[in-house]
Amino acid sequence: MSYSVTEPSARQKWFAGILVVFYAVVTIMPLLWIITTGFKSPSDAIAYPPKVVFNPTLEGYVNLFTTRTRVSPETLAEMGEPTTWYERLVRKDGLVIAGPSRFGERFTNSVIIGFGSTVLCIVLGTAAAYAFSRFKVPLKDDLLFFILSTRMMPPIAVAIPIFLMFRQLGLSDTHLGMILLYTAVNLSLSVWLLKGFIDEIPVEYEEAALIDGYTRFQAFYKVVLPQAATGIASTAIFCLIFAWNEYAFAVLLTSGTAQTAPPFIPTIIGVSGQDWPAVAAGATLFLVPVMVFTIVLRKHLLRGITFGAVRK
Amino acid sequence: MSDTPMDRAARATPPVIARRIRGLSDRSIAWLFVAPSIILLLAVNIFPLIWTVRLSFTNFRVNRPNAAVEFIGLQNYRRILTDGDIWLTMQATAHFLIWTIVLQVLIGFSLAYLINKKFRGNDLWTTIIVLPMMLSPAVVGNFWTFLYQPQIGLFNYAVSFLTGVDPSSFSMIGSVNLAPWAIIIVDTWMWTPFVMLICLAGLRSIPDSIYEAAECDRASKWRQFWTITIPMVLPFLMLAILFRGIENFKMFDLVVQLTGGGPGSTTELTSINLKREAFEKWRTGYASAYAVILFVTVFGLASIYVKALNKVKQR
Repeated sequence: MSYSVTEPSARQKWFAGILVVFYAVVTIMPLLWIITTGFKSPSDAIAYPPKVVFNPTLEGYVNLFTTRTRVSPETLAEMGEPTTWYERLVRKDGLVIAGPSRFGERFTNSVIIGFGSTVLCIVLGTAAAYAFSRFKVPLKDDLLFFILSTRMMPPIAVAIPIFLMFRQLGLSDTHLGMILLYTAVNLSLSVWLLKGFIDEIPVEYEEAALIDGYTRFQAFYKVVLPQAATGIASTAIFCLIFAWNEYAFAVLLTSGTAQTAPPFIPTIIGVSGQDWPAVAAGATLFLVPVMVFTIVLRKHLLRGITFGAVRK
Repeated sequence: MSDTPMDRAARATPPVIARRIRGLSDRSIAWLFVAPSIILLLAVNIFPLIWTVRLSFTNFRVNRPNAAVEFIGLQNYRRILTDGDIWLTMQATAHFLIWTIVLQVLIGFSLAYLINKKFRGNDLWTTIIVLPMMLSPAVVGNFWTFLYQPQIGLFNYAVSFLTGVDPSSFSMIGSVNLAPWAIIIVDTWMWTPFVMLICLAGLRSIPDSIYEAAECDRASKWRQFWTITIPMVLPFLMLAILFRGIENFKMFDLVVQLTGGGPGSTTELTSINLKREAFEKWRTGYASAYAVILFVTVFGLASIYVKALNKVKQR
């Protein structure tokens, strides 16, 4: 009988599978709880024992998006035909609105700052990574280490001078200020990851292009960029996720106009205390893109979160 | 001498490429491509860091812009290093660091070991396990306060279901003894997948031939595990510990939302303490000195650790 040494037996596979599935189920529970709470009524959300079966409602989402102050049903009836989807829902189901919410605005800020810094990060990062990968940049190793080391700094340690600096330059609580800041925070990731991806593209392609009469620039964007497209895409998603989830700078340096969603979601207050369905609804909307990206990124995940320090 | 490192670099560039250049030279392209990133990092990272160091020698307060700023030398540093409360936050941080790393390494390695058994559908389950790590710590931390509610929370319900303890008899984030564990549990939930992924990469990097050779030598499975698997995964594991250590040392978002440093100051980790000094008490100079001390600590510990890591790698 012949068998491979490293191929586990069927029994081992079963045993491993059951344990892993058990862990996965336990680990996914809090997430499922967030998502389902978003569709509960406030009384269902705080019911004990916790309710698994419940009447789904969009109340949490309505409270999350409504921009109107709380009014009595009588006033509501006098206000004429509802104009937005949530007003129609409020009227139809007789929901209670806690008060105006700025979630829409904060979510838009997250999108603007997240995408803005990602684009900038990719542009700067690709250029730098290309130079580090292909040219003999003086002090290359030192510069690369310097770029990496900017990641070790606790955000609070530099928050005070950035706060002062931004105030001086009129950048505090602006989208531009936050975009620049997040770009700087994520640049280390972008340069390190992209350098890894570009290193893998054979240099012969460019040499061929140069011999064919392309300039360096042409060779870069006609030959290297298309080859690096998947690497650039996954780097972009990682930059976006990190900017999307950032909290420390957002909470310390923004207060209104440029505030992103992570500092905002925990502040959603309902009629009595924290409005958990609305918080859960906000959290769900905020987490969904990241969950989708995680599934898309499966293959590059390890590289992305370790800056390419570990390659699969 | 006008022979800059750049000139030497240009001469060292392969002649095929160098001769073929039209338009900009390689040298200027290299500068053009690297400079914006370096300038941005200098402006937003290094300049503020130098400013922090400068502020750390003063009694400046952001909320009193008109007060005279005095250089007070090392006074801030002396006060921090002799302050008993700071040592308490250091202890809280160390407790948090040690337990999260121990738990994450044990669970993460076990999971990776099991997933490496290549059972059917392991890719799907791995993706599910990895999800918590990608979420926003602040949002997740906030929601966990709901799960930890003694009367209504899922966590207490699950514990009482399993052990029969009255769910309203304990509060994870309200009790002095349990609060540190509340953050350790959430951090472990979020970051075990990270250690798992790195261990998995380590396990998959071990060539099958080594096990086959060991099998020929009739080494027991147990022996193979300790003399092949563990040493081969160790460098990966140490890298995971380094990343988690640095991240958890500056841990802020999760803890702020989860316990806010309380109850009392039982979960007041260094970065929360620092935020309090800087943005609530507005003792800017003092907080800057604190920040410098933390930064030097992280850097010092990390570089000692990296040296050890390199030794393990070379073995």
